[in-house]
Amino acid sequence: MSTVLASPQLTPSMTRGKGVWAAAATRFKTDHVGMASLVIVALFLLLVIASGAGLIAADWQVERGVPDAPPSFVGPAAPTEGVAIAAPTGPNVDISAIDPLAPRYKEWAEAAKKYQTTETIKATTLPFGGDRLGRDVLSKAIKGAQVSILVGVSAAVLATIIGTFLGAIAGFFGGKVGDILEWVYNVFTAIPGILLIFAFAAVFGRGIGSVVLILGLAGWTGIYRLVRAEFIKHANRDYVRSAEAIGASNTARMFRHILPNISHVVLVQLSIHVVGFIKSEVILSYLGLGVGVDQVSWGTMLSEAQSELILGHWWQLAAATIFMAVFVTAFSLMTDALRDALDPKLRGLE
Amino acid sequence: MTAYLIRRLWQMIPTLFGVVLFVFLLFKAFGGDPATVLGGQNATAAQVDAIRQQLGLDRPLYVQFGIFLRQIVTFDWGNSWATNESVAHLFATRLPATLTVMVPILLLDSFLAIPVAMGVAYVRGSLTDRAIMVATTLALSISFLVYVIVGQYVFAFQLGLFPVQGWSDSVWTNLVTYAPLPVLLAVAVSLAPTTRLYRTFFLDEIGHDYVRTARAKGLTEPVILMKHVLRNAMIPILTNVAVALPGIFVGAFLIEQFFSIPGLGREILLAVNRSDYPVIQAFAVYIAVITMVVNLLTDILYKLVDPRVVLK
Repeated sequence: MSTVLASPQLTPSMTRGKGVWAAAATRFKTDHVGMASLVIVALFLLLVIASGAGLIAADWQVERGVPDAPPSFVGPAAPTEGVAIAAPTGPNVDISAIDPLAPRYKEWAEAAKKYQTTETIKATTLPFGGDRLGRDVLSKAIKGAQVSILVGVSAAVLATIIGTFLGAIAGFFGGKVGDILEWVYNVFTAIPGILLIFAFAAVFGRGIGSVVLILGLAGWTGIYRLVRAEFIKHANRDYVRSAEAIGASNTARMFRHILPNISHVVLVQLSIHVVGFIKSEVILSYLGLGVGVDQVSWGTMLSEAQSELILGHWWQLAAATIFMAVFVTAFSLMTDALRDALDPKLRGLE
Repeated sequence: MTAYLIRRLWQMIPTLFGVVLFVFLLFKAFGGDPATVLGGQNATAAQVDAIRQQLGLDRPLYVQFGIFLRQIVTFDWGNSWATNESVAHLFATRLPATLTVMVPILLLDSFLAIPVAMGVAYVRGSLTDRAIMVATTLALSISFLVYVIVGQYVFAFQLGLFPVQGWSDSVWTNLVTYAPLPVLLAVAVSLAPTTRLYRTFFLDEIGHDYVRTARAKGLTEPVILMKHVLRNAMIPILTNVAVALPGIFVGAFLIEQFFSIPGLGREILLAVNRSDYPVIQAFAVYIAVITMVVNLLTDILYKLVDPRVVLK
């Protein structure tokens, strides 16, 4: 995607012993699209942290406006013409003589005075509108961002850990262990992804933790495949053989020697999976298989928005869509730039 | 060829066994006790025990696994826990609706994406190419849900071009009345990623030497694209279609859910919501079988498309 090419004069600086990460960072900085999307992603992460710490959007469940309050820039909803019930015209018959509850009305009226009720005035408009209950849509979108991004990132980390660990073992040892892991991989890929997710969802139930577990367990196979291929490639390279010669253990060679050399592959995969898992979480939550009922995510917002749209209340749909589209676009562009920076050979392939 | 087929089929057995074992263990370990689910809230301990005995849940694990294997081989999964409908019947009645929607989606998606991707690849680097690439990135970032919600609202509810949802018993009515909107929306959504992918396939081929040779001997651009590049790019495209094929049976479950189409995808979703294990288990196992068979067929298809491919 990125169109900005690294300037060729970077190469000499790399040969001066600059680390691969520093070189990648230099390349990344020349990518304007990548830098801009990095800033947007960073802003979103700040938003997530602030909302997680309760600094903003902590009151998303407070019903601050009237039900379905329109956004402020649209203005309050036109008052609907309620059909008043006509006052009865007949004479007011005194039924206290036959009303069995009549003697206790006074007692109840006094008891009721002990409780104070305050009349809260609900806002007729909210900055970006309100939902069915009058909750601020903007706060919901921020809280939803916290849940959706957290789930996406955690699930991606889980999938990456599983995939990297198993891929490392399969690629490094090969043989019997490798065959068994290949068999596990074949089993997992034989079942289509969405069916695997449903099967896990059927047994794990709902909630943030479950969604992370479901997506992580169903989504590690792609990373496993790549990491395994990389480990097979590296396992017999000279530097690994040298490490073996000086007595480095298997674990040390796998995770201290080889892993840092393929970490750019893992990092790019992690970042690609974040976007995929956020989309999956949104769909799972929409279907009622995702986060719990007392939580909000972009998916639950979209599911509420479906019935609101028919009444002409478009703002919840717009808020969730805009938040998600901006984050996902920025994250995808950042991933592209990251891949280009870490693996210049791949540049321009897509 | 025969030897190849036999070996491939032989290799499927361990994978298939793994799938069955995985499904069995997953539901055994985390799925809760079927007897209490079946017994309902008012079942006495004796009733639950009776159900357990009937299902063989009191037997050792390997005997239960044997029962599970027998169910798969004999296609006898018993009845759905929720509706008491036999699982086999459930499959047979839900599959046609899924195919009515999914086959047009797959065909349209492939046939629209190929010319668009070829055109974009041909003008690579130009403003059109970049504009389309930016548009697809943006299109991809919006959730599938939004397209369907807005599409259903605008085209069916506001403009009234299609029915909002519905399904009938006649295949023809379904195809011309109820399927068009879901199909159009699904194709619109999948077109962006498919175009991006196919574009890279075409770009790969356009860079090859044979294209330069063809130009050098004076062939026109359309002939080069249609006769040389397209044929070579068909191999990865075929792979991609084959990978998507098993998905046909799962159905675009979201589409089915939105438009109340009584297909397999909606059924499996209902089963998940009702904890209807027999349906989910049967589904997972059979879809896995279909996936493996389709993969084998794809490999054979390669041989037909590209004589250079050697099956070994």
